[in-house]
Amino acid sequence: MFLYAPIVVLVVMSFNSGRSAYTFEGFSLEWYGELAGDERVMGGLVNTLIVAGGSTVIATVLGTMLAVGLARHSRSKVLDALAFMPAVLPDLVLAIGLLLFYGLIQLTLGLYSAVLAHALFSMAFVAAVVRTRLSGADSSLEEASRDLGAGPVTTFMRITLPQLAPGVIAGALLAFTLSLDEFVIAYFTIGNTEQTLPIVIYSMIRFGVTPKINALAAILLLVSFTAVIAGQRLTKIGERVPRAQD
Amino acid sequence: MKDKPESRPVSLSRGRRLGAFVFLAPGLAYLAVLLLVPLGLVLSYTVLQRGRFGGVVYEFTTENFTRLFDSLYLRVLLDSLQIAGLATLIALLLGYPTAYLIAQLPRKWKTIALVAIVLPFWTNFIIRVYAWIILLSPEGLINGWLQAFGFGPYELLYNRGAIVLGLLYSYLPLMVLPLYAAIEKLDPQLREASANLGASAFTTFRKVTLPLTLPGAITGSLFVFVPSFGNFVIPEMLGGGKSNMVGNLIRSEFLSARDWPFGSTLALALIAVLLVLLVLQAWVTRRA
Repeated sequence: MFLYAPIVVLVVMSFNSGRSAYTFEGFSLEWYGELAGDERVMGGLVNTLIVAGGSTVIATVLGTMLAVGLARHSRSKVLDALAFMPAVLPDLVLAIGLLLFYGLIQLTLGLYSAVLAHALFSMAFVAAVVRTRLSGADSSLEEASRDLGAGPVTTFMRITLPQLAPGVIAGALLAFTLSLDEFVIAYFTIGNTEQTLPIVIYSMIRFGVTPKINALAAILLLVSFTAVIAGQRLTKIGERVPRAQD
Repeated sequence: MKDKPESRPVSLSRGRRLGAFVFLAPGLAYLAVLLLVPLGLVLSYTVLQRGRFGGVVYEFTTENFTRLFDSLYLRVLLDSLQIAGLATLIALLLGYPTAYLIAQLPRKWKTIALVAIVLPFWTNFIIRVYAWIILLSPEGLINGWLQAFGFGPYELLYNRGAIVLGLLYSYLPLMVLPLYAAIEKLDPQLREASANLGASAFTTFRKVTLPLTLPGAITGSLFVFVPSFGNFVIPEMLGGGKSNMVGNLIRSEFLSARDWPFGSTLALALIAVLLVLLVLQAWVTRRA
């Protein structure tokens, strides 16, 4: 439907041989070649991967722990809301808050500040995903483990975590994808020396439109599509496994 | 860990408290430092003065608020409300039938349809907006087609309509999903009962389906309105320099004018509007 038309146009135009980004003149791969040679783009790609990777690790660890803590060890609705808040607040608000905070503690803006910022909202999503999985899961195994005398941490490592694994992976994938695309928070927290890919694209578009952007867009679309489909497959596999053990 | 049966409840609850601490502490500490503190900062900066070279001077002032209530800024807030509201309304009108249709599909197609709706959402946000620039620009594709038929090039881009379109396109999936979830949960027997009692299809819809799916509609509307209202990328890329929304103002205050206190005040206004909407939402869903 109308959701897909613009995407199709983008992909088609990326193969355009002429200069204009608008009118189709012929088939060519030259723009893809130019992309590979563009330092800003490649640098942006590397930075984006670093930020996404780093924030995903932090978010998955902390988010999973939060989810377990909230679902199994706490009854406070306030904490629940707090854990989910980064996902609900407008990104602009988070961005400026972090900017002020970093300014206050005199942290130089750069990749680290961006990683921490991304981890913040990713954590909320990971926690939500793992939480859903937890509430559906059977807690009798955990209770049995505790009755037998194992402490909460041992129970977690040996029983809960393996059960949760697909959910944790799904959450991690979600965190990674969110961070890859994220523009607003990165824009505010990364400072002036480095850029992530969305920021690079943004500047490119502001300066003028060329088919090079189309090529970049097409590649990113491909990556996103694959990631989503992979994520779908993973969650489906995960859902089948626990039942197979019955 | 050789606890006797009588002492098991004790070890369980101690275990629970220990567990709570171990699991919750790191995450909560992170949240406290990186979420609550920054938010508190934003709040407190609204009553501080801007420093000469950016940054802040620790002197109490209410001039940020008086400046906010200047008609210029109020206009921007109102415009933003209007634009975001329009986008939300159209999303609702488009999203509801879509969600309804998907709910009627046979099982296999449902998942495919849902994935199809969500898939564009996972692509890069800026790129999707960029695609619209290509389509709408005076030299763009849509105008190209129209010109082939003899219609003059239209100013499709860089106006308010383009912004609404961009917002709509970006956030429509967020409207469809909660609506779909609500419609899916409807018990078909309720509709049958209503029909058996003699109500026409339209009345059934009006009195049974609509009220029951209202919470889903409100959730979807909120999911669309919140990012739309605070957005600055879309107004900037699709609106040209002409239309300004709250998001744009906040961004320029922070990054260009470096007037952090005033930017914080604007952000506070933004949050206030959203809070009001959230409260309204909670109130309406409680009544339904």
